Amino acid sequence: MKNLRKIALAIALALVVTPMLNAQKIKGSDTVLPLSQKEAEAYGKKGGKVTVTGGGSGVGIAALIDGTTDIAQASRKMKFSERQKLQSAGKQAKEVVIAMDALAVVVNPNNKVSQLTRQQLEDIFTGKITNWKQVGGEDLKIVVYSRESSSGTYEFFKEHVMKNKNYMSSVLSMPATGAIIQSIKQTKGAIGYVGLAYLNSEVKAIKVSFDGKNFVAPSVAAAKNKTYPVVRPLLYYYEVKNAKKVKPYIDFVLSSEGQAIVDKVGYISLK
Amino acid sequence: MKKMFRGKKYFIEALWEGLLKISGSVTSIIIILIVLFLFSEGMGLFKKNVIEEGYVIAVNKNNPIKDLTPQQIKDVFDVKIETWKELGADVSGNQIVVLRLDDIPNYFPEEEIAEDMSNLPQIISQILDDNPGMIAFVPKDFTQTNFTGKILDLGNINFKDFFGGKEWFPTAQPAHQFGVIPIVMGTLWVSLGAILIALPFGLAVAIYSAELASKAVHKVLKPIIELLAGIPSVVYGFFGLVVIVPLIQKTFNLDVGETGLAGSIVLAIMALPTIITIAEDALRSTPRAMKEASLALGANKWQTIVKVTIPYSISGITAGVVLGIGRAIGETMAVLMVTGNAAVIPHTLLEPVRTIPATIAAELGEAPKGGAHYEALFVLGCILFVITLLINLTVEYISYRNKNKVA
Repeated sequence: MKNLRKIALAIALALVVTPMLNAQKIKGSDTVLPLSQKEAEAYGKKGGKVTVTGGGSGVGIAALIDGTTDIAQASRKMKFSERQKLQSAGKQAKEVVIAMDALAVVVNPNNKVSQLTRQQLEDIFTGKITNWKQVGGEDLKIVVYSRESSSGTYEFFKEHVMKNKNYMSSVLSMPATGAIIQSIKQTKGAIGYVGLAYLNSEVKAIKVSFDGKNFVAPSVAAAKNKTYPVVRPLLYYYEVKNAKKVKPYIDFVLSSEGQAIVDKVGYISLK
Repeated sequence: MKKMFRGKKYFIEALWEGLLKISGSVTSIIIILIVLFLFSEGMGLFKKNVIEEGYVIAVNKNNPIKDLTPQQIKDVFDVKIETWKELGADVSGNQIVVLRLDDIPNYFPEEEIAEDMSNLPQIISQILDDNPGMIAFVPKDFTQTNFTGKILDLGNINFKDFFGGKEWFPTAQPAHQFGVIPIVMGTLWVSLGAILIALPFGLAVAIYSAELASKAVHKVLKPIIELLAGIPSVVYGFFGLVVIVPLIQKTFNLDVGETGLAGSIVLAIMALPTIITIAEDALRSTPRAMKEASLALGANKWQTIVKVTIPYSISGITAGVVLGIGRAIGETMAVLMVTGNAAVIPHTLLEPVRTIPATIAAELGEAPKGGAHYEALFVLGCILFVITLLINLTVEYISYRNKNKVA
């Protein structure tokens, strides 16, 4: 029994310590996490070593500033204040776009509304429009679901769709994309947003228009030919002086092999 | 020989005693240090500026406005306040124009902005000079040299805005909104609901299991209840989201099922094993002689339970209740999944609420270390600590009084 415990401890220690010694570390966004994991797996088969952890875009960038990670993965651009902190730490970061992700606005499948303009979305999420009949649906209160403020998706939606205005305070914020889909499935007047990779038949995706004329349904093809407007880049940040160390891995991610993995995970490849 | 052996024995006993003393005192000191850390991190918040770090709010140099509250700043930048008159300032044109860095190309040809942004300070100054009704949210660095606008000194985050504020928007730009009333109220509502549900059921099961159940029933009941305590809270949360939330939505015919009540029910289920186990142990600790004396005096089973067993074990029962409440107030994951987490002041249990632990868990990951948001979450931790402390003290006091009465 005692021996068993010792062995288990040794294995656990080995598991924790060995990769830390010679591997590159990636940390940050939970949106990018599944992609980075698959990339790291494929890269590992070629002999490279990469360890990936999540925690949120902000956590990754903070780790890059502290020097505790080699690459920060992010689903939003670095904020100005983060850039300043990096600068005062005497570091310089380089940004690499590794893939794109489209956000789909989703509603309950029984909802009659099938298209919305950006202005309407802004008004719904800031609380100016509160009933579906104001946007051509039935007389039903709109229930707005959003991600937690720690999520890069939350920030991106706010910047891109709501033009930097703040969400209304009665927004229901959910800890995970899965929970948003579950809630929208259950709630008749619900609206929310999820990554394109999470879209399924339990919810209905809304056609979106930014110019008020052309309404486009979210799809990989529409995101690739840039007709679908709610698209964001998924990013890697690394320190310039570490470039040599991380270059082989990033080159792998950007290679056609790495980009094939992007498509497999459900994001939009760059090519 | 015998004496030496005795000396050795004393030495070992002394050693044990010393070790216990050291571990006891070290643990107490560590706990105190944790509390001190919590409070010192939290108090840093009130030395932070109202505006996001590294930024300033600037207006035209002729603008008479002096002070704005965080709430006003948010409303201005969300275009809810549109005229200077609403802010009590007399500005020509009256209309408020908001300028963020991203808006600069609308006022200035993009080609003329230098690559390294070195001429941005002049550009911002110029735009501000041209627009008397403008309010700008710009990085501090751009206002250091040759800046002709007026920078508003908005001071630090104060206690009044924090404890009296009604909006929790920690990531709002340009001014964070740290109003804790909705979150504190949410926590209290959910916990109160949970305890109101858990207490009668918990006590009933404890009394049944300790006094009335047959041995065979007790043998099955006890492990099942203890098993409840071993289920991870995420599982409870998911159960709540998939089963309880739709049930509440249908029963009360609501727009949303994610409500405080859903949180209360899930928490009540989670607090039950603690309450039942401890209360039952307390009931069982009543001396047999006491119960027999009561029965011998002609009291029936029910009278014995009410007049003898419960009063005798009341301090144990209250301990169980306190631990149950503690579990309810501090529980994070299950609540995060079922209460909807909207930071609005709840009026009934049938509205979405946001609790303190859920807020900390959901936001700490993204809050930049040492920033205002990070420290605000620590203050929330302090508030939670004080609430639990108060409850513990009250219950201690009550059980102390009851004990004296019985004696």
